[in-house]
Amino acid sequence: MRGKISSIVVTGNGTNCEVEMAHACRLAGFDRVDIVHISELLCGKVRLDDYHFLNLPGGFLDGDDLGSAKAAANRILHARVAGREEHLFDQFSRFIGDGKLILGVCNGFQLLVKLGMLPGFGGDYTTQTVTLSYNDSGRFEDRWVWLRVNGLSPCVFTKDIERLYLPVRHGEGKFIAKDEEILERLHREDRIVVQYSHEDGLVPTMDYPANPNGAEDAIAGICSETGRIFGLMPHPEAYSHRTNHPRWTREDLPEEGMGLALFKNAAKFLRSSEF
Amino acid sequence: MAHRIEIGLKEGIRDALGEKIKRRIVEHLRIPVDRVRTVDVYTLDGDLDTESLDRAARGPLSDPVIQTAAIDRGLAPAGSFGWLIEVGYRPGVTDNVGKTAREAIGLLLGKRGDQAVPVYTSRQYLITAVRDRCSLDVLTRADAEKIATNLLANELIERFEIVDGKTWNPDRGIAPYVPHVTGTDSPRVGLVDLDVADAELQRISADGMLALTLQEMKIIRDYLRDPAVRSEREEVGLTGQATDAELECLAQTWSEHCKHKIFNAVITYREGMKPAEKIESLFDTYIKGSTQKIRAGLGADDWLLSVFTDNAGVVRFNDDWSLVFKVETHNSPSALDPYGGALTGIVGVNRDPFGTGRGARLIFNTDVFCFAPPDYDKPLPRRILHPRRIYEGVREGVEHGGNKSGIPTVNGCLVFDERYLGKPLVYCGTGGIMPARIGGRPSHLKEILPGDLVVMTGGRIGKDGIHGATFSSEELHEGSPVTAVQIGDPITQKKMTDFLLKARDLDLYRCITDNGAGGLSSSVGETARLSGGCEIDLEKAPLKYAGLNPWEILISESQERMTLAVDPARIDAFLALARKMDVEATVLGRYTDSGKFHVRYGERTVAFLDMDFLHAGLPPMQLEAVWTPPSHPEPDFATPGNLGDALKKMLSRLNLCSKESVVRQYDHEVQGGSVVKPLVGAANDGPGDAAVIRPLLDSFAGIIVSNGICPRYGDIDAYAMAACALDEALRNAIAVGGNLKRIAVLDNFCWCDPVQSEKTPDGEYKLAQLVRANKALYEYTTAFGVPCISGKDSMKNDYMIGDVKISIPPTLLFSALGVMEDVRKAVTMDAKGPGDLVYVLGKTRRELGGSEWFAMHGFIGNGVPQVRIGEAKALYEALSGAIDRGLVASCHDCSDGGLGAALAETAFAGAFGLEVSLRDVPAEGCEREDDLLFSESASRFVVTVAPRFRKAFEKAMKNCAAARIGVVTEQPLLRVEGFSGKMAIEEPIAGLKAAWQRTLSF
Repeated sequence: MRGKISSIVVTGNGTNCEVEMAHACRLAGFDRVDIVHISELLCGKVRLDDYHFLNLPGGFLDGDDLGSAKAAANRILHARVAGREEHLFDQFSRFIGDGKLILGVCNGFQLLVKLGMLPGFGGDYTTQTVTLSYNDSGRFEDRWVWLRVNGLSPCVFTKDIERLYLPVRHGEGKFIAKDEEILERLHREDRIVVQYSHEDGLVPTMDYPANPNGAEDAIAGICSETGRIFGLMPHPEAYSHRTNHPRWTREDLPEEGMGLALFKNAAKFLRSSEF
Repeated sequence: MAHRIEIGLKEGIRDALGEKIKRRIVEHLRIPVDRVRTVDVYTLDGDLDTESLDRAARGPLSDPVIQTAAIDRGLAPAGSFGWLIEVGYRPGVTDNVGKTAREAIGLLLGKRGDQAVPVYTSRQYLITAVRDRCSLDVLTRADAEKIATNLLANELIERFEIVDGKTWNPDRGIAPYVPHVTGTDSPRVGLVDLDVADAELQRISADGMLALTLQEMKIIRDYLRDPAVRSEREEVGLTGQATDAELECLAQTWSEHCKHKIFNAVITYREGMKPAEKIESLFDTYIKGSTQKIRAGLGADDWLLSVFTDNAGVVRFNDDWSLVFKVETHNSPSALDPYGGALTGIVGVNRDPFGTGRGARLIFNTDVFCFAPPDYDKPLPRRILHPRRIYEGVREGVEHGGNKSGIPTVNGCLVFDERYLGKPLVYCGTGGIMPARIGGRPSHLKEILPGDLVVMTGGRIGKDGIHGATFSSEELHEGSPVTAVQIGDPITQKKMTDFLLKARDLDLYRCITDNGAGGLSSSVGETARLSGGCEIDLEKAPLKYAGLNPWEILISESQERMTLAVDPARIDAFLALARKMDVEATVLGRYTDSGKFHVRYGERTVAFLDMDFLHAGLPPMQLEAVWTPPSHPEPDFATPGNLGDALKKMLSRLNLCSKESVVRQYDHEVQGGSVVKPLVGAANDGPGDAAVIRPLLDSFAGIIVSNGICPRYGDIDAYAMAACALDEALRNAIAVGGNLKRIAVLDNFCWCDPVQSEKTPDGEYKLAQLVRANKALYEYTTAFGVPCISGKDSMKNDYMIGDVKISIPPTLLFSALGVMEDVRKAVTMDAKGPGDLVYVLGKTRRELGGSEWFAMHGFIGNGVPQVRIGEAKALYEALSGAIDRGLVASCHDCSDGGLGAALAETAFAGAFGLEVSLRDVPAEGCEREDDLLFSESASRFVVTVAPRFRKAFEKAMKNCAAARIGVVTEQPLLRVEGFSGKMAIEEPIAGLKAAWQRTLSF
């Protein structure tokens, strides 16, 4: 162990899963977990640099009014940090450059994608090449889904996990790549970390509702080249205890929820890293 | 000049919204169209160069992966559609997307706040019908207009433009339209002479939309005539004439909506030959009276902290935390604009627990909607929207309000009855949690000291929501004001609540309340009672646009605002935190102990009223109630030959069927503490009886939320309706693991006008229904020991235009809040495994009056279900004990559709069969199999128990009507043996489930 590991959970402007995300971080063993309102970052009081794990939780940033997380991406790109010669985006870039971990869930994933941080091909973290758009059903849906985990992906969060059962709660989760080439590259580089699947099969599916939104190639989450930035639509923080499971009253389940493994992997990775 | 940026999806990208609209055009309007594409339009009201416009279009406004943009020209290519309909807001209507776009573009171009260019949004629908391949013009302009008015635009708040695809020239596009509010900047104070004849007083009230009675107008006249009052008024520059602000303020404060005049009236109640009974306030006598009695009985175990005095009720959760709960309705606005009305309803009720005590963090929503059937196919009376449109609009409004606020919608229900055509009922409830003490003081108490500052935070004030309180105190009529309709903004509210929770924990304010009905006049007027007066300056209030007169600022119900009392020593810290978190906060004045409600606009006094007069100047109404029990024809249909088919028909009825399509669209899991979800069972689609959540993630203590509502019984006797609604809420809570000792309820009365008048010739009967419901409330809450902690009433749920009058059935909703020590003991309703034993708890009687079974055959009947308190209470206590000991595998309450529905649901939710015998069901007087299957007797459950717990369970239930009627089977069949030993029902559970799921699966 090389010192304390700390986690920041950013909130504000419509984010609403910060409490359970912070709870998951604590259960995973982070030494310090702070829920930080974005105004604290913008006024320069808190800096991302002081943390190792950046959590971007679910919610409705700015109401998703201009398309999910669009206005928030605009803010991170263009809002200045008071008292410093930098935009918030510069802190994000430094965070990535330092090899630290970022997890974006649902609205947080949408934010990473709209900023261009995911998939971030060739170290370009500013060009948007994929998107998350309206579900084919045209509606917001809350339902639990099975996810097939790609064991070959470099994602540090999903190490040693084969499959996941988690809830999706979104209206704009349909993954679309800009073109065939982008999609092909995502496959080739094993950036596709989780795909919607049927319970039994470990095969990705386009069938509704197992694939709840019509995502291309059933993509539910992707990671960066290093595997240190990971975004997914389903909510791992929503399954931290067996009583979160929709059928806990009828199935034998381990006490610990499946979603927690992602946060534990993050902690484990950071404990073995040096910053 | 204004510019337009149009954003649309690239060719080949699926337009899910367009497809949804297309489906609605085809299915609801029956106009065959083939394709609808949507285009988002941003109108920027200011001079911007091409580069700036381009940056905005490519930056925050569009998604480069799937969208394209057109600037100052039409995006749709020529000849690409049949008709274009563009829908935008009318001036002054809240445009949330426009507001976000303005901020984003401002940030992008380096212009903050008011410097940023205003942005207005609209949406284009490009509609094409290609029935024959050669022409695009199979749709007529009349079709397009019908689509615009009946589906896309609500003309109260929106305008639309229709363009024929044949004449569409993208280079010309559509000229920018800016929905400015054109107001003057010279605020006026109107003076009204009330020293006039009675008829004139009545005219003043009616013309001013004041909803004040002649008697009330006379009271105001007499107050102003008082020489002492007059001389004080002269000192502040007023005369004996009332100002418009004063009249409006009194009208709000004294409205039925705010003052609950009917619940506080002196009522003479007559019933048959019994001597007349005089009731001084239904509220004091029955509701408060019951809670007082229960609290007295609890003594040291009293777990109630604040009841009836604040915006919501407060009870103890544990030593460190308190729970807050409130349910309200937003019926009248939802009738006019279902989306905006319901959205405002949910974000509005959010502010009640948020504005209770020192302020609570919001942890759950629960919603109950009462609609006319969505397949209603008779002609619609004027100004009434189709029930399906109301259903979709309300559903979506509550979806956006709840989901975007990050509050899980954990439980609810839908009730259908044709009489909700005139006004739908939209019950929205919200619970919260707060630390038991903040800054060393109990958090549930409110305190204001003279000298504390009056501070308003959150949104700005516009003309929206003016007369909301008075409007909902009347029936929906021809002149119902458009301004009463408004659209909530959950994100502005979320930003505000994020800020205020921080301010609360830093102890930066002393008191908090919300701005709801009556706006500042209510929020400041009410809280000023704590210090004994106030003096505020409306000129300081931030406005959305110029042109508001002082009275409008005072009573506007613009959303997302809280009023606070802040110690002057902490105001700098408070305002600094607000600035940092980008929330507007403004000091409007001071709380005083002057005894006056003093309102200025700049230096000029615009209202000066005695606090006592404002709040206690109104004598109670005197009303008459006469109870004559109705008598309905007794049904005369035979027991159907095929009860299996009958069961399927029952399961597919609107009031019984699955509401999954609605439930899924509400986030019921955000905040991470969901334990029993609204959908349970093997395939996550069975009907959960009540919600269980864990509000504190590091603890297993939980909260139960359930509802009870049964308006059909009121057609026979509102007494039985009230008793059964309470019983339903309680048995739902008990079914998941609740305990009577830790359940509190809210009562929510929605009535049709019960005041005898020319408009309401049956007012005395309707009032008698209200009295009887209250009597039942008192009897049963005290007997169960379950207190009401807060509630609400909405008394004018009628529609009256021309000679058409539609009144809702009197409707009483009980919402229950239970506390559970350990959520890991919670039980769900789905059968768990083959071999488990099936029990029916509670006696079934021939009580089919008002039942779904009778309704399906076109009858009401008379034998309405009665709650037998002794049986019910003993059963609930025994069952709570059995669940607590882990003896119960599944538990489902019997309500609409009776035992038949409960058995079917237990089976198909668990994906197992049941084999049961009707002969073993504890029953009394049920001579027919259909009586037994579909009677809606209260206080019953279907329970399954693992064989190893059989003895222990039967022992636990030994003093109750409880019987083992069969077993859970692997074979997926519901097999019900009839009285003769012959199979009365033998149905595959898949078929039962399909019937149950079909009706509302759109």
